[in-house]
Amino acid sequence: MGAVLLSSGCGLSDAPLLDPKGPIALAERDLLFTAVALLLIVIIPVFVLAFWFTWRYRASNSKARYDPDWSYSARIDAVIWLIPALIVVALGVLVWINTHKLDPFKPLASAVPPLEVEVVAQDWKWLFIYPAQEIAVVNQLVFPSQTPLSLKITSDTVMNSFFIPALGGQIFAMAGMETRLNLLADAPGRFVGQNTQYSGSGFSDQHFEAIAASQEDFDAWVAKVKQSPDRLDAATYRALALPSSKHPVTYYSAVERNLFHKIIARYSRSQAHTDQAVAK
Amino acid sequence: MLGNLTIDALPFYSWVAISGAVITVGGALAVMGGITWFGLWRILWREWLTSVDHKRIGIMYVTLALIMLVRGFVDAIMMRGQQAVALNSDGYLPPGHFDQIFSSHGTIMIFFMAMPFMTGLLNIIVPQQIGSRDVAFPFMNSVSLWLTTAGAGLVMISLVVGRFSTAGWTAYPPYSGIEYSPGVGVDYWIWAVLISGFGSTMTGINFVVTIIMRRARGMTLMRMPLFTWTALCTSILMIFAFPALTVACALLGLDRMLGMHFFTNDAGGNMMNYINLLWIWGHPEVYILILPAFGIFSEVAATFSGKPLFGYKSLVYATVAIAFLSFTVWLHHFFTMGSSANVNTFFGIATMIIAVPTGVKVFDWLFTMYRGRIRFHPSMMWTIGFIVTFVIGGMTGVLLALPPADYLMHNTTFLVAHFHNMIIPGVLFGYLAGYMYWFPKALGFTLNERWGRRSFWCWLIGFYLAFMPLYALGFMGMPRRMEHYSVAEWQPYLIVAALGACLVLLGIACLIIQLVVSASEWQEARDDSGDPWNGRTLEWLTSSPPAPYNFAVLPEVGDIDAFFDMKRRGAAYQRPARYQDITMPRNTGAGPILGGLAFALGFAGVWHIWWLVIASALGMWAAIIFRASNDDAEFRLPAGEVEKIENQRFEALAKASRTETENPAPYSTQPLPESPT
Repeated sequence: MGAVLLSSGCGLSDAPLLDPKGPIALAERDLLFTAVALLLIVIIPVFVLAFWFTWRYRASNSKARYDPDWSYSARIDAVIWLIPALIVVALGVLVWINTHKLDPFKPLASAVPPLEVEVVAQDWKWLFIYPAQEIAVVNQLVFPSQTPLSLKITSDTVMNSFFIPALGGQIFAMAGMETRLNLLADAPGRFVGQNTQYSGSGFSDQHFEAIAASQEDFDAWVAKVKQSPDRLDAATYRALALPSSKHPVTYYSAVERNLFHKIIARYSRSQAHTDQAVAK
Repeated sequence: MLGNLTIDALPFYSWVAISGAVITVGGALAVMGGITWFGLWRILWREWLTSVDHKRIGIMYVTLALIMLVRGFVDAIMMRGQQAVALNSDGYLPPGHFDQIFSSHGTIMIFFMAMPFMTGLLNIIVPQQIGSRDVAFPFMNSVSLWLTTAGAGLVMISLVVGRFSTAGWTAYPPYSGIEYSPGVGVDYWIWAVLISGFGSTMTGINFVVTIIMRRARGMTLMRMPLFTWTALCTSILMIFAFPALTVACALLGLDRMLGMHFFTNDAGGNMMNYINLLWIWGHPEVYILILPAFGIFSEVAATFSGKPLFGYKSLVYATVAIAFLSFTVWLHHFFTMGSSANVNTFFGIATMIIAVPTGVKVFDWLFTMYRGRIRFHPSMMWTIGFIVTFVIGGMTGVLLALPPADYLMHNTTFLVAHFHNMIIPGVLFGYLAGYMYWFPKALGFTLNERWGRRSFWCWLIGFYLAFMPLYALGFMGMPRRMEHYSVAEWQPYLIVAALGACLVLLGIACLIIQLVVSASEWQEARDDSGDPWNGRTLEWLTSSPPAPYNFAVLPEVGDIDAFFDMKRRGAAYQRPARYQDITMPRNTGAGPILGGLAFALGFAGVWHIWWLVIASALGMWAAIIFRASNDDAEFRLPAGEVEKIENQRFEALAKASRTETENPAPYSTQPLPESPT
């Protein structure tokens, strides 16, 4: 009871991992809860036996039976190998099904076409490029709820990890490579997004706001971004990519074509070069 | 002349850093001053630093570990203090200092606290437990010790000269590359880990050969005590795992020093290779640390329950299975890197499979206690505290092994709570249990139990207070390594965690008081019998502390609990008809000299002092050649001398046996045999 009061008073009840706001995070959390339930089959007996044996067989209790040579029982041995093994088999099946189902690269099945956003981790901020809308935003990710959000992620610096806890698990952002994450928000709302991989002195402030909006609000927001006088061309990008902390939310009404792929190609160019040479 | 080293390397960037440097230098000067004052340099050099005796090497390893435990803990409590106050503020530590602290905390606790503590206990006990006079390669053992010490010295001196790495204890590139970490910090990390890593690889080789080749007659593999079994598995893991770390560090060093591109972002480098290599060492490393602790819990549980281990064979098979599987799970440290679902599934399931033999072990210890007579020596309390706490960490470990759940909790404080939940109750409680259990064997007197129990309760409660809130914070999405934060809900948990760290501080204070109190009362606590707890394995057959050769006559083993079996048959303390000469290795200064040169090499490498790099490398080469050409590395201890030492031993035994009859000690349930004199 005390624990419940304490936790509800201190924000645990609406902790993003326990109170998810989208189907991906919910499925991941439910897997967690199922696993806890299965594991308690082993954990609880350990607690009970540990306290019971410690109390019962304390040296000062001369009434307890003392069996100084007893050291084996095939029956106990079988049980302590088999029960954990069975639990792991059950968990293994769960892992197989859910890891495939919740593969972050896998597009979500939906009647609505997904919104595609390209994400670039920089020191120490996040750049979001909307290729279809031809806009870009720093440190704010706005998207319609009930619409799959399809993210392509890379880094223009050290390794980062992109994470919106309320919507689903994280994935690394690495220079010269593209990772993907597919998320969905059930309803409009504001969530915290952040880098979880330490990346230098600005790391603690490298978070952004993820806003799930209704379709109308999203369209209005896009129109607003389109009004911005700033455009993200090659020169602006170079200046933006320099390290900066607590970067304000910035809107760009236009983006250089193919910017995301150019950022990736900067690091993998020499690799591609070698591959070409090999092909020749 | 001094490479990149200038006056700017001194830590004038913050008062916290200055005090760290002052305390380090002051501490070192105080110790050296004390040694000079009491005129102990000569005896220290001749009897200790140059020693090749496995017991003394072990004691020096444990001393190093305890010093580094204090240093690593200071880092820990500074981080907890920072996070407790850093809501919407910078706290008292700037980011460039906070990140050095979390990097040095991990590096020190793994490489220079846990590793030397484990190696020290192996050194003191394994040769005695298998009925041997020493390890297979006593000189190499000394070199291992001094290479480890050199690495620890490099981490310590980074407090005074220059700065330490900010790249965390795993030093992931590209952040640890020269482009993003241009200072000397990562170089300190690389050299410290490289040098001590060589020491660990050699320790592994030494103990595999020792255990395979030098067991007493009759000690078949399936009669080895469980601690020896875990030591064997750990040593094998060390041989196979540490080279991966050495290679990863060396390649990272080449990237940094010579501008190569193994792990850089561009020019064909690939940091994923580093992360794979690091964890191919890093995951077995967890088992390198924890298996010997499992061995200690096994010994302690059997001794203080007054029963043989339950399911010895099960425990052996479980140990071997864990050792084997530990090489098949490394990818679970980066499920979030984007591997395919098939790959993640494989490593997730492999990880969960390890939980099976580990669970078996827990039940085996519990059933060892079943129908026993449990005596609550502090070692036993560490063991029971471990069992209860460790299963929580095991559970959260299995949760993190589910890839989709790991996506949610990776890099959060949940992960931090999980691995501390494995390493503090699993590894450290085990080593502390071993420390209190074997202390009389190493130094000849028992440790004060009251302070031991106080320390246990402070550590146990402190652990729960410090880390249970971090699990909750993980659910709340708090990433690890935050220098400051702006979520008000996190703060209460972080304050509780800081209080937990304060309790652990009390636990460490109790350990120090225990040592001081016991040392001042050592005459009353002297262990004359050599077997203060009614032990079951061969290390309790020797005197406390043992003669330099451990066993005047090598024992013959007829049972798993070899010594208990001897006592039962009345064959434990028998005088031979006559003694024989014993060949012993001579002490040599080559070990500490090699360590000193390795330290110079590392320091010169960090600061690019190239002449010193060459000079110290040549010096090491010369020292090895010189030592290898020494044909006079051994001496014979004459039979007369052995007899004199053994006679004293039997006098002490007779005395112990008299005291026993007048005033039965709480731990002996079986009378000692009368001395044949």
